[in-house]
Amino acid sequence: MSEGIHVATTINGDAVEYVCSPRETLLDVLRNRLGLTGAKEGCGTGDCGACSVTVDGRLVCSCLVLGAEAEGREVTTVEGLSTGGKLHPLQSKFIEHAALQCGICTPGFLVAAKALLDRNPDPNEEQIRYALAGNLCRCTGYDKIVRAVSAAAKEIRKQR
Amino acid sequence: MRYEAPKTIKEAAGLLAKAKGSAFVLAGGSDLLVRLKSGMIEPELVVDVKRIPSMQTVSKTASGFRIGGAVPCAALGENEALKKAWPGVVEAANLIGSDQIQSRCTIVGNLCNASPAADSVPAMVAAGAKAAVVGPKGKRTIAVEDVVTGPGKTSLKKGEVIEAVTLPKPAPKSGDAYLRFIPRTEMDIAVVSAGVCLTLGPKGVVKKARVALGAVGPTVVLVPAAAKAIVGTKLDDAALAKMAAACEAACKPIDDKRGTIEFRTEVAGVLARRAAGIAYQRAGG
Repeated sequence: MSEGIHVATTINGDAVEYVCSPRETLLDVLRNRLGLTGAKEGCGTGDCGACSVTVDGRLVCSCLVLGAEAEGREVTTVEGLSTGGKLHPLQSKFIEHAALQCGICTPGFLVAAKALLDRNPDPNEEQIRYALAGNLCRCTGYDKIVRAVSAAAKEIRKQR
Repeated sequence: MRYEAPKTIKEAAGLLAKAKGSAFVLAGGSDLLVRLKSGMIEPELVVDVKRIPSMQTVSKTASGFRIGGAVPCAALGENEALKKAWPGVVEAANLIGSDQIQSRCTIVGNLCNASPAADSVPAMVAAGAKAAVVGPKGKRTIAVEDVVTGPGKTSLKKGEVIEAVTLPKPAPKSGDAYLRFIPRTEMDIAVVSAGVCLTLGPKGVVKKARVALGAVGPTVVLVPAAAKAIVGTKLDDAALAKMAAACEAACKPIDDKRGTIEFRTEVAGVLARRAAGIAYQRAGG
């Protein structure tokens, strides 16, 4: 058994400390140690995007990040999207446009879409599809997701 | 498994050199962690190089560009000066995986993973990129094409780390390009790929050229005969046909589910022609 590694990091704006094993992924830390079960394990190899979170503002697959690597970083998960119990426009629009069926991929799509809108508030359909190409959905056929992201972008621009 | 995140390259090389069992460098982890989780490797030590400042920056130097070994490929696409100087290298690096992977993957990792189909490697080889290696015995610089010796194998010795990749300052009237063939539009591994870098002389005549092919042999191959076929020409059809033939002659691909020997060989010539056309335009020809 390897020695535990003590990690101090920031998750969704809160200072968090944990001890993890050297081989443990950030995804496992989030889900099993911190109770943040929004990020899902789909493939575990960085192909499906269900475990998407941001680390220092960059979108990553948390299944391909070690828990130990989060030391001193800023991690944002899907749990950090809503503020004060109010859903993020992306979340509202996903519901409104029925952009989910089984829901396993949804947290990953939301985090990836937020990363897109943070850098491009007015993406066209092609840009949305490219930005979400690292997220797989086996239910919706993607069209509803693309429409929801587009509608959320419009909503956010209106609020500004 | 031990996890270490040293703050200096010297410390990293020291840790790797002293490791008793198998030791690996962790840069972006998009290849290493997949291998680790599937049990393909059982490291005694993993050295995370993302806390080493000299490996985290892209800088413009007197002789060109220096790309730190831990810089994610996404950051290359965000660097306007680099994109302008070496568009082919940046495009190749940005073809690797999704946005999620782009946030993590590095060109040095892509190189050291030593896949014959690595996207950034033919572009780096065509560009004349060099690897700055640091090891227990000091520093050395080697051409990128001399790093990989076979699938999954490199010429790096125990304790050696590639601290950075350097790209020369592009010569006046030069351009580079990278193309790959995949059956999908993105998120795939190159079946065949080609990187071309050209420098033009007066009247749009090719003065210097480097042509590199990926996924058609155990390593990325530099094809001097393909370069020779277009030097002294304006990239007319006859010269391009000669270059494509030289590319085909340099192919020693495998037959697998992703492409047959015949297909890979023919497409190598086609991609080299098209990449040369783009490089020629970028060079102002």
